[in-house]
Amino acid sequence: MGIPAKIVEIEPDGMMATVDISGNRRRISIMLLPEAKVGDWVLLHTGFAIQFVDEQTANEQIKLLEELGQKDV
Amino acid sequence: MKGKIDLASGSGGEATKKLVSELFLKYFGNRELQKLADSALVNVEGKIAFTTDSFVVKPLLFPGGDIGKLAIFGTVNDLSVMGAKPLFISCAFIIEEGFDSEKLEKVVKSMAEAARQAKVEIVCGDTKVVEKGAADEIFINTSGIGKIIYSRLEPSRIKVGDAIIITGAIAEHGMAVMCAREKFFDKTPIKSDCAPVTDLILPLLKGKIELHASRDPTRGGLAAVLNELAASAKVGMMIVEDAIPIKPEVKYACEMLGIDPLYVACEGRAVIFCPESEAKKALSKIQKHPQGKDATIIGKVTKGNKVILKTAVADRILDAPSGLLLPRIC
Amino acid sequence: MFEGFRRADLAEKLVTRIKEKAKKHYKFMEVCGTHTVTMFRYGIRKVLAPNIELLSGPGCPVCVTDQRDIDWVIEFASRNQELVFTFGDMMRVPGSKQTLFSARENGGMVKIAYSPLDAVEFADKNRDETVLFFAVGFETTSPGIAASVKEAKKRGLKNLFVYSAMKLIPPALKVLADDPELALDGLILPGHVSTIIGSKSYEFLARDYKIPCVITGFEPIDVLMAIEALIDQIDKGEPSVEIQYSRVVRPDGNPKAIETLFEVFEPKDSVWRGLGTIEKSGLGLMDEYKEFDAQSKFHLKLPEPKPHKNCICGEVLKAKKKPEDCKLFARACTPDNPVGACMVSVEGTCLAHYRYGRERS
Repeated sequence: MGIPAKIVEIEPDGMMATVDISGNRRRISIMLLPEAKVGDWVLLHTGFAIQFVDEQTANEQIKLLEELGQKDV
Repeated sequence: MKGKIDLASGSGGEATKKLVSELFLKYFGNRELQKLADSALVNVEGKIAFTTDSFVVKPLLFPGGDIGKLAIFGTVNDLSVMGAKPLFISCAFIIEEGFDSEKLEKVVKSMAEAARQAKVEIVCGDTKVVEKGAADEIFINTSGIGKIIYSRLEPSRIKVGDAIIITGAIAEHGMAVMCAREKFFDKTPIKSDCAPVTDLILPLLKGKIELHASRDPTRGGLAAVLNELAASAKVGMMIVEDAIPIKPEVKYACEMLGIDPLYVACEGRAVIFCPESEAKKALSKIQKHPQGKDATIIGKVTKGNKVILKTAVADRILDAPSGLLLPRIC
Repeated sequence: MFEGFRRADLAEKLVTRIKEKAKKHYKFMEVCGTHTVTMFRYGIRKVLAPNIELLSGPGCPVCVTDQRDIDWVIEFASRNQELVFTFGDMMRVPGSKQTLFSARENGGMVKIAYSPLDAVEFADKNRDETVLFFAVGFETTSPGIAASVKEAKKRGLKNLFVYSAMKLIPPALKVLADDPELALDGLILPGHVSTIIGSKSYEFLARDYKIPCVITGFEPIDVLMAIEALIDQIDKGEPSVEIQYSRVVRPDGNPKAIETLFEVFEPKDSVWRGLGTIEKSGLGLMDEYKEFDAQSKFHLKLPEPKPHKNCICGEVLKAKKKPEDCKLFARACTPDNPVGACMVSVEGTCLAHYRYGRERS
């Protein structure tokens, strides 16, 4: 299953990186997401970072849900 | 000790005598064991709890423990959760020819330390060595005797309305062993919780807190134990999913690997059933012990016969484990 | 990071809103097996019944792998000569005679791979060993496999082969949409496949078939938001392809991943368990990478596949039947003794029903 992981290190060749998943560390490939930078959150699946995870979008969505019902139709 | 264990060491002759004195007596040494009689003679008055367990965990060493430590605490815990004070342990080794002597020494030393910590004596044992391929490095069996001191803890005593307490975070042992074996992570903080639960349970009984039953959630995890007890006691249970303590590194490792933590083994935890009126007292006493600091009430016993999990959205059944559990984690 | 999407207070709010809005009977299909699991794990199916009926679709890559593909790889592993790397779930899928798991017990060399790169690394370190990678998965997984093949070529590996049983989701969705019996009111679209292919590939469903679609995340809040969004689309009468899983799904998906995928693989016809042959729904190696193709290199003689006569996995995958309709379900076919693929995979419909959906007497 795809889970969010934080990039903590990128190797010099720019192909492999180390991610942190709540303290667990694994070496993964960023071949499919070459623009990834240290500090980015990515979606990890079968050893590959396949997409960025946008924390801000997530937080905004939660905020909207919290406000639901307060100014509803 | 150097070298490898050979077939002669297990055949009962000089080599065996050497192994016993240089290793087992050296580390386990106590008066009864020194006698090396065919049986150990011990005095226990009153009702006795008696249990046995075999340990085939792979790898032998893992973060937080090893097969030796596991072999002692596993049996100690099976006694403690019945309300018995663990006293005497036997241990039998089946060793594969060619097994490294230094590794064996490490395991034995670890068992001695565990026995000291659990305040039990290893009073008898046996060693067999089999040809290469007939066993996987080393298998250990331990049997244990304990004395029922305060009261028996049994499923039949569980009542509707009882509170259900878990003494700490779940799924650590199983995941620690899995990760050590399969090497999913380059680095992981996950450690086995392998530890005796005796001092989480007996002091409550000594302090006259009424407990009904307890179990240690080993193979099959919390879900297995809850289902077993529900079936034995012919009751239902309602468990609050968000109340179950689990460390984030364990939780997300499980998610990544598609494993449900509710079915993963613990080796240093107890699930305790007590009357609702005793729950707060029991909890605070458990929490005073360093191993019990994360103890929580996770649910209660209900009428019916199903174990229900209350999730963030709605209730659903928490079934007994099925399919292949994680192999060889104990 | 996703904890907010498991909050009980938000779930309660959404369930209330859905119940208020659901004025008639709705038939929604969740395509992806992981959505089925979420539905069950959190009791969502039960709490939204009876107005909202949730059907499970064929989005379990292990489940839809054809018997012939499984038999080929098992036969290959049984030769006890070469090493097979596979994703864990495939180990216990029953072939016509045995499983990869039992092939291993009988001396076959089968290893579980977490990543296709595991196979590449092994092949690189063991150049005199022949290594087969059993490639199963949808668009979430196939770009990684493509990248691994590229890496293998870069390293000049001559001992690594790929058996491709990979599939593409949109063609299967078209088959479902074309089925007059299905008559879906809405589709809960796969979340992680969409991180790769984006939302455009699904537009034909809203445009040509007028089916409301929501690309959905896997947490309970995601699923509840999606169901409310589908109801809203139906009420407005404006079917579209909405992205609920906005924190990871972008309309264009992951262009680099798509580019990598189609550098190495091209669409080919593929046989799906249950759905039969679907045009251009599978992936085959392009000519420049044909050296890695297992079927071109190894020619195995296989008997006609023998599916178990009472196994209705095919019907379950098409949502024509439920696991409970199967004679074998929870009797001869259990997680301990699976007869069909749907009971083996963690995303399998039958396994999900068994684990979470059975009401024990």
